[in-house]
Amino acid sequence: MDLEMNLNAPHSMGTTIIGVTYNGGVVLGADSRTSTGMYVANRASDKITQLTDNVYVCRSGSAADSQIVSDYVRYFLHQHTIQLGQSATSKVAANLIRLLSYNNKNMLETGLIVGGWDKYEGGKIYAIPLGGTLIEQPFAIGGSGSSYLYGFFDQAWKEGMTKDEAEQLVVKAVSLAIARDGASGGVVRTVIINSEGVTRNFYPGDKLQLWHEELEPQNSLLDLLNSSNSEPMNI
Amino acid sequence: MNFMALKQPENSLLGSESDSQRTLYPYVTGTSVAALEYKDGILMAADMGGSYGSTLRYKSVEQMKPFGKHSLLGASGEISDFQEILHYLDELILYDNMWDDGNSLGPKEVHNYLTRVMYNRRNKFNPLWNSLVLGGVKNGNKYLGTVSMIGVNFEDNHVATGFGNHLARPILRQEWHENLSFEDGVKLLEKCMHVLLYRDRSAVNKLQVHIFLYTCRLHLLDKSS
Repeated sequence: MDLEMNLNAPHSMGTTIIGVTYNGGVVLGADSRTSTGMYVANRASDKITQLTDNVYVCRSGSAADSQIVSDYVRYFLHQHTIQLGQSATSKVAANLIRLLSYNNKNMLETGLIVGGWDKYEGGKIYAIPLGGTLIEQPFAIGGSGSSYLYGFFDQAWKEGMTKDEAEQLVVKAVSLAIARDGASGGVVRTVIINSEGVTRNFYPGDKLQLWHEELEPQNSLLDLLNSSNSEPMNI
Repeated sequence: MNFMALKQPENSLLGSESDSQRTLYPYVTGTSVAALEYKDGILMAADMGGSYGSTLRYKSVEQMKPFGKHSLLGASGEISDFQEILHYLDELILYDNMWDDGNSLGPKEVHNYLTRVMYNRRNKFNPLWNSLVLGGVKNGNKYLGTVSMIGVNFEDNHVATGFGNHLARPILRQEWHENLSFEDGVKLLEKCMHVLLYRDRSAVNKLQVHIFLYTCRLHLLDKSS
């Protein structure tokens, strides 16, 4: 069994997904690029999928695998809600995802981040990477773009952020990952879940902060030439 | 498209990997666990890192869990398989309690159960990718044993898994002795974990230590009289 090669080469997954808790709930974020090899199959995908009214999941890895797992868990959770007589908790949702991921680990290639709010535990984030390990964390990052964010979060994450601080952190992080990861791109989507409900937000590329070596967006070269600047190459 | 080809090693003798239900390689792994018996019980230590290949991805992973009345299980290797073993053990303890006969499974019995589980999975070419350390105290008797992912099992006064086999056990062999005090036991274990942090790439500088004490009843009665 070739242990050495496999232990040192985890499979990259085309996406950036993030889940962050704050004092009062959770914020989930993701990019919107789905790629097939080098081609961008969908540049406006929605990787943050609803499981119940109060629990959502960020999907990464194989689109097919993550979709089918979400569909099964949504189905089970629906039945569970009827039997329980009240909303399912985020812990239950996360454990159902874990069961499917673990018991089919040979066939599945998907890493998921479950985030939700329930009246017992408040906002919670659970990471379920390849293999089916379940790990509860104050924040979680996943997908190929997450490689570029470990250092960023080590520095920028703080306990007890407000809703706006948390969302801004998520948007900034996804945006940074998109800047460097070829498999992440498109727009930044966020979903905020708290006791009041669920809010979906959308940040198109031109609304995001500029990073190193990025230029101000322009509509056309013609605008530049017609403007007061006589040196269009020196911007 | 090409991803699947990369994942499967070229191994025609065992057939195509996607056909059978087999665990081929670990994803999220915990590193060494070290444990020793001291005067009043068991000391077990592991770091709190969960590695994902060469990335030190998770830094608050619990590699050891107490369960039942008498036992403590520590594991290195694939974390998802360790979580599954804990589930098997919870069921085992539950059925044991349901007998309601005043008896409870001790660490020696649990060690035997785990050995059977690990060995049988290995025979089916679908191992639980862990090295387990099982420690505990029942009726004043200390017990410390280990089981590997292929079913190799034994009982000893001090054990270690993974890199600990190479780095911690020589130290333990040299410096362990019967009736170690709590302080000396802790110092010895810390020395082992120290060396592991220096020399194991997947070690992180955050430790978890479990102390398993003699169940006190018999002991206290002796002392008062």
